[in-house]
Amino acid sequence: MKITILYFARIKEVVNYSSEDVVLPDGVETIVALKSWLSGRGETWRKLFHGSGVVRAAINHELVDDMATVEEGDEVAFFPPVTGG
Amino acid sequence: MDTPSYPSPGYLNISVQSEDFDIGLELQQLKAATPQAGALVNFVGLVRDMSVDGKLNRMFIEHYPAMTEKALHHIAGQAFQRWPLLGVRIIHRVGTLAAQAQIVLVAAASLHRQAAFEACAFMMDYLKAEAPLWKKEIGDFGEHWVEARTSDEQAKQQWKLPG
Repeated sequence: MKITILYFARIKEVVNYSSEDVVLPDGVETIVALKSWLSGRGETWRKLFHGSGVVRAAINHELVDDMATVEEGDEVAFFPPVTGG
Repeated sequence: MDTPSYPSPGYLNISVQSEDFDIGLELQQLKAATPQAGALVNFVGLVRDMSVDGKLNRMFIEHYPAMTEKALHHIAGQAFQRWPLLGVRIIHRVGTLAAQAQIVLVAAASLHRQAAFEACAFMMDYLKAEAPLWKKEIGDFGEHWVEARTSDEQAKQQWKLPG
């Protein structure tokens, strides 16, 4: 399954790029599973998703929780809690 | 996800832009678009000249372009559903803003004042908790991302309907 992942604000600065296309292995079908899979890339990623900071997610421009399902072609975004206004 | 449907939304105008805005002009336009209105309430958010770390020179606001307007439409749609509003105008600026610059305008028009007052407060509380915008403060201290405040999430929670 191929998806696009976008990163914003502090998270973009930590991972050092703003977007990537990834092919997910079988079984990675939820936001929480995607976070775990990305955490396997190394210490920076593990700290990002399993450290003290909250990482929020959106799928196709809708805020979602960790149990949301990821589907082929989705645009998934990871970002810190929002601070507009 | 389900796309919620809303009752006839009245006048709605939402902008996400780098340019500044003229409050007087925006309110005049909202007034002209809602001739039945007896009340026009607005909130303007500004860049403070101080941060927790010292004097602030400017602020940078990042956003998620494909999602920001959609999130603001969703928030305005919920306000139309909860209050008898005639019109709503929302502007949020992005990019680099100087100290004291205007960041955000939320304005609501209704027959009577209570709906417009409450809807403005509701939309600001939801905007601060849900719209994909992030502030970075830049000053003599360097620069840092603004941390989300739990009080903002609590402000949103107070609007939850029972049940």
